[in-house]
This record gives sequence, structure tokens and C-alpha cells, in this order.
Amino acid sequence: MEKKQKLLLGLTSTPMILIYVMAVFCLIAALRQPAFLSPATLINLCRAGIFTMCFAICEMVVIISGGIDVSFPAIGCVAMYVPMWLYNHDMGVDSVFFFFGVAMLIGLVFGILNGVLVSFLKLPPLIATLATSSVASGGLIMLLGTREYTSLPPSLDALYSVNLITFTDPATGFKYPLTILILVPVFLCIIVALIMKYTMLGRGLYAIGGDKNAARVAGFNVIVLQFIAYIFCSVMASATAMIYTTLMHSSTTTALMGEEMIIIAACVVGGCRLTGGHGSVGGTILGVLLITLVRNNLNMLGIPTSWQTFAVGLVLLLGAVLSSIQARRIEKMGKI
Amino acid sequence: MANEVFLKLSGIKKSFGGVHALRGVDLEIRRGEIHCLAGENGCGKSTLIKAISGVHEPDEGTIWIDGEEMKHMKPMDAIGKGIQVIYQDFAVFPNLTVAENIALNGELKNKSKFVSWRDVHEVAARAMSQVGANIDPDVRLERLSVANKQLVAICRAIVNDAKLLILDEPTTALTAREVEKLWAIIRSLKEKGIAIMIVNHKLDEIYQIADRLTILRNGAYISSGDISEYDQARFTRDMTGHDIVEDKYAPEKSSEEVLRVEHLSRKGSFEDVSFTMYRGDVLGITGLLGSGRGEIGEALFGLAPADSGTIVLNGRTITIKSVSDAIANEIGYVPEDRLTQGLFMDRSIQDNTIAASIRAYMKGGKLDEKGMEDATNRWIKEIDIKAPSPKPAVRTLSGGNAQKVVIAKWLNTNPKLFILDGPTVGVDIGAKAEIHAILHDLAAKGIGIIVISDDLPELVQNCNRILVMKDGRCTGIIDNSIDEVSLGKMLIGA
Repeated sequence: MEKKQKLLLGLTSTPMILIYVMAVFCLIAALRQPAFLSPATLINLCRAGIFTMCFAICEMVVIISGGIDVSFPAIGCVAMYVPMWLYNHDMGVDSVFFFFGVAMLIGLVFGILNGVLVSFLKLPPLIATLATSSVASGGLIMLLGTREYTSLPPSLDALYSVNLITFTDPATGFKYPLTILILVPVFLCIIVALIMKYTMLGRGLYAIGGDKNAARVAGFNVIVLQFIAYIFCSVMASATAMIYTTLMHSSTTTALMGEEMIIIAACVVGGCRLTGGHGSVGGTILGVLLITLVRNNLNMLGIPTSWQTFAVGLVLLLGAVLSSIQARRIEKMGKI
Repeated sequence: MANEVFLKLSGIKKSFGGVHALRGVDLEIRRGEIHCLAGENGCGKSTLIKAISGVHEPDEGTIWIDGEEMKHMKPMDAIGKGIQVIYQDFAVFPNLTVAENIALNGELKNKSKFVSWRDVHEVAARAMSQVGANIDPDVRLERLSVANKQLVAICRAIVNDAKLLILDEPTTALTAREVEKLWAIIRSLKEKGIAIMIVNHKLDEIYQIADRLTILRNGAYISSGDISEYDQARFTRDMTGHDIVEDKYAPEKSSEEVLRVEHLSRKGSFEDVSFTMYRGDVLGITGLLGSGRGEIGEALFGLAPADSGTIVLNGRTITIKSVSDAIANEIGYVPEDRLTQGLFMDRSIQDNTIAASIRAYMKGGKLDEKGMEDATNRWIKEIDIKAPSPKPAVRTLSGGNAQKVVIAKWLNTNPKLFILDGPTVGVDIGAKAEIHAILHDLAAKGIGIIVISDDLPELVQNCNRILVMKDGRCTGIIDNSIDEVSLGKMLIGA
């Protein structure tokens, strides 16, 4: 009986439901549009998911620690724009290390700012990172203007042309390259998952997200842990922004603005709780996959692309309803 | 080994910004003994625990642990010496599993960088078998009952090689059966030679468990000794600093009828309950859990209205079908669980005091701030709520003071009938006496007072008439010449 109940609980858990939804989505798409089953779809999906995945992992770490970070798009914009501006004003060297180095350094500075605001000054994280976001975005436009850089420096262009595999559609002859940069989210997910599960650092992040006071009493250094979460988020988001520039051949002051809500949504759909302490890399991957799938393949279902925002909204609603039902079900099971 | 002193404090003083929280406390705890630390709310118990656990460094005085004098002790030093505190909120992680909650602190103490989940499970299983706990180690803490959360906290303390376990008011949120279980666990830990200090102010529980007792009052050491040296009178005197007058309540006889209830029934709860109250009467309603004692109060306040019967208040027959009926008829009600039902814990004393009478302050579409503040100040003075102003949140008040705020809330509605369910649960002795004095005053002013309680000594002392319920029926209305033992027998129908 108990085994049966556990099995039933497992089959109706949030991650499983996400998988069902995705399966149904793919099935309908494949039925309507056999081309959906081509490897090209998968490659396109991977390409589209690179940034979302990286940003979501960053955000997930902050959410687990009991905070929230809405400043990473703005920080990312600074981090993608400043190196290009420097390079175009003959103040940079043409090297992948320079571009990514400067970007991550910028991320570090803003990460420290967020860390100071949240852990030392104890500001509410939403307000603190909103302030950081405005300062970063506004400061950038004020100081460096609003150009758009569309040509990549040779070193980044070289990085762009490195592909893991290239799929050539036998029917049309179109080439679908899969960039080597796909490995960034892959390794990021593996490393963060291991850290969260098997190190005291990861468990500490869960602990402070669960109960800050209990964590302090237990002997965790709450301030340092919060700092680490915000710095990780900013630095990694900045690197991701540089990947964005490389893949999109574009660097503007506002390219990523507005991304924060969809990223937070992906985390929540994947099982993170905004109150902190809950969430996992696996769940976040599912959340990102679902949102990327819906964002990029609606036309495969025969739904016009103009419905995209609406459909993403439905996915969000699904996530919210799922977690609320799950919470109520656990409550109903009673205390043990 | 039995009489070996593990912890010794002498002349501990500590003040915060000029307020003396501790003014010279001595304490001696021996290995393998259960020591109760008693005192009214605000007597310095919590500060003393923090001094022992290294959270606060005392301004003066010495602490010896295991014969070693401790200087500039930090929390980690105290833990290293085997002192473990289980706070009232247990300081557990709701989002982590039972096993991890038990093992995490130990891993932190060892300064390990990595987590071995096999070790975590082993450590948890060992600790749980030591205290005889049987909880699924993979369940998240948020799903556990209070008693099991406490068990996890105890397991965690054991893992960390506790030599002295300090429990801060461990029984407040437990049912009677859970308390029994807790005592069994504590006794088994005592057998293992662990010293245990329990902070508690409930006399009956102290008698059940303690070997020795130390009493504090206003931050000062009052007395200490074997539990056999304390009878109730000495305990009360040492706790409150004065003898609480043990006179039974005896109002002047009056023929002025306040409330008459005839044949009140509610299907499945109680049947055919009739009683009459006269001016000055404080009526007690008692009975075992499920006897219908609480339901009568709920019926009179309209929470779960009666199906049939007559209610006559001040000579007028009234119908009560809902809470708003009750309020319209000027009836006040203090629920049993005031924390969840009677108070807005995070709002100010003023907000709580005017909560039931806010309409009266609505003047021309605006709230009369001045009037509300004046009313609150008047009640603070009148029923002696210990608060500097109407501003502090109720959460910051002690149990007794919080209860007074609930009472003030209803008094501010000028009730004609005031029903209190368990008015002194979780309230310490001194404040208890004050609350009863307030009720007696109100009764003398012609307000009908009904106290629903299972605290028999309290009823016998403070109500001049007691209605006994059994299985939904009134088995008798008696005056308070009865002693609590015979009343107890009546309750179970023996």
C-alpha cells in the first residue's frame, strides 16, 4: 500500500507532469509537422536554450538561498557592451580571454554590490537588485551611449565558428551547426548540481534558504553564503551575456532587458520556491526545456507565433497551479 | 558520578543598555540530573541560556564547565564542551530531510567540505535509535508534527556529543501524551549520564520530571534545591515574590439576573443545558475534552450556533445565529487558542485592542486616531498590561500580557456577557492572578463572566459556580465549596 502510494506520488510529481506536458507537445507537433522530428529541431532548441539555461541556473542558486536577483539582465548588458565598446575605441585586445575576462570582472563588481546590499545592509533582495539593475542599465546608457555592435571581433568570430557537429538536411541542403558553446550550460548544470548536492557550500545555500536563523545557530556563515550566491549569479550571467553576443552577433545596451521574469518563471515552473530552500538543477532544466519548447516551436503546432506571449503565460500558470496543488496535497497527507 | 558538578555559574551579571537582565545568578548542574529552571516570563531565563551557550558574554561572574573556567566563551566553545540548546522554535530546517537535519550540524562542526550521504544516513539512524525515535529519514521536516520536530532537534543534539542538554520551554506546543513521551526520552538520556536543564514554569510538569529546581525572579537567583523541598506554596512564593492569596471567590449575593439559558441544545455537541447567572457570578464550565464544554461557549458566541433553546440576556430574549448576532448583543469571546484566533501577532497593541470595536471610531469616514490611542492607553493602565505604549507588536509581549490584550479587545466593546475559553493557558502564576482579579471586577459591575477551563484548581478558586459537562449533558451545577479532587471525580462520572 505504502509502496503504491509512493509510486503514485512519484508519477504525479511536478517534474513528471512537466515531462508529460512536453511529451504531449512534441507528439502533437510531430503529428502535424513531421519535420519536427528532424535533428534540426533539436539543434535549434539547444541553440535557443543556451542562454535561458545558463541564466536559469544562476537565478536558481539565488532563489534557493532565499533571495531573488532581477538585476542579471542589466548586468549582462553592461558586461556584453563594455568590452565591445573598449575594443571599438582601441582600448582592448582582440582575445577571447579579454572579452570574457572583462565581462566577468564587471559581473563580479555588480555581484559584490548586490551581496553588500542584501547581506550586509539587509535590504529586501527584490528592491536591492532592482536598484542595481537601474543603476547598471542607466549608468551604461549615460556613460557609453546606445550603439549597437553587430560585427564581432575576429577572436569571437573564430569562437563562433567552432561547431560540435553540423547537421545537413538531406532534403534542402540547409546546414544546422551546433556551436561548441552548448557545452557551457551542460558543464554548468553538472558542476552546479554536484556542488548543490555534495558540498557543504551547496547544503549551506539550501540551509539559509530554509531558515536563516537556524542556519546561523548551526554555525553557517550566512553572510558569506549569500555573497557567494549573488556573486556567482552575476559573474555567470555576465559570461552568458558574452556568449549571447558571440552567437547573436549583437551587443546592445538593452538586449537582455526583460529576460528576468521569464527566467524566474522557468525556475518556478521547474520547482524552485520563491520563499527559498527548494529547487534543483534537474527541475530547472525541465522548466527551461518546457519554456524554450513553447517559445520556439509554437508554429509547429499550427499556432501563430503572435500567440507566443500568451502561450508562455499559460505555461507559467501551469507551473503555479501545479506547485499549489502539490503543496495542498502534501498538507492533506497530514503531519507525521 | 551522580553528584559530580558539570556546570557551575556564579554571580552571573548581564545588562543590556542599562537594563539588568541578570543580576547575579548562581546555578549548579550535575551530571545525569534533570534540572528545572523556573521563573516568570521576563525573569532572565533566556538570557541565562544565552550566557551558558556562549551567545552573550556575561558582564560579571564566572562559568565553569567540567571544572574548567570558561573565559570569553563563544557558541562554538560551548558546543565543543558538549552544551546543546534546543530552542523553542527548534532551529531546524523545514526544507531539508530528517536525516540531513540530524547530521548537518555535526558535519559543520567537523569542518567537512563535502557531504557523504551514506554517512548522513548512518549518523541519523544511530541517533534515532539512541533516543528511540522512529521517523522516516527521507521526509522533509516541514511535514513533521511539532513533537517529531522536537525529536529531530534532540537527535541532532545527541549526535553532537551532548553532555548538557538545555530545553527551552519544551512542552508549550505539545499534547499531554506527547509530553509523556518527551519525559520518557529525557529520562533515558539521563540514564546515559547526560545532564538536562529544562526551562519551564508549569508546576505540575516540573514535579513530574525534575530532580532539582532553580528559581529566578527579575534576573536574580532566588532559590535552588531538591524538588522534594518545594511545595506549591513555596514554589509560588519564590516565583512571584509574594504569597498569592488563595481565597476562593465569593461575590455578594444578588437577585439581579444577568443571563438565563434554557434547554440549549446543539446536535452532536450538547443537549438540554440550562443555567442562570446573577450579578457578580463567575460561572465555570468544565468537563473532559469532547464533553461539550467548549461548544457551549461557541454556541453563545454564534461560532457554532445552538439548534434550540432560549437565551435571556439582561431580561431580553435574544437569538444568536452568527457571530455578528453575538456582537450586536454585546457578547465578547476569548478563544482557546488566542495565538491563532484571538490576536494579530504582528500588529500593535492598539490595533488589537480596537479590533473588535473599530466601527465606533469611524467618524465621518475617518478613523479617530486619538480616540483609539486614548482607549488603548486606558486599558493598558486599567488592566495593567506591561507595555510602554500602545505601539509595540503583540508578538513582543509575554503570554500573560498578550492574554490581557485579548481581554482588552473585548472590554473595549463594553460587553454584557464575556466568555473566556482557557483564559490562563500558557500564562504564568502572577499574571494568572491578575487576570482573575480583572474578571472578578467585571462580574461585580454586572457583566456576566463565563470561564471555560479544564484547570480544576483554578476553577474552584475563581468561579463561585461550576457547571460540569459530561458527554454533552450538564451533570450538575455546584458551588465552589467543592475541592478539586471531588470535582475531578465528577468530571469522569465516578
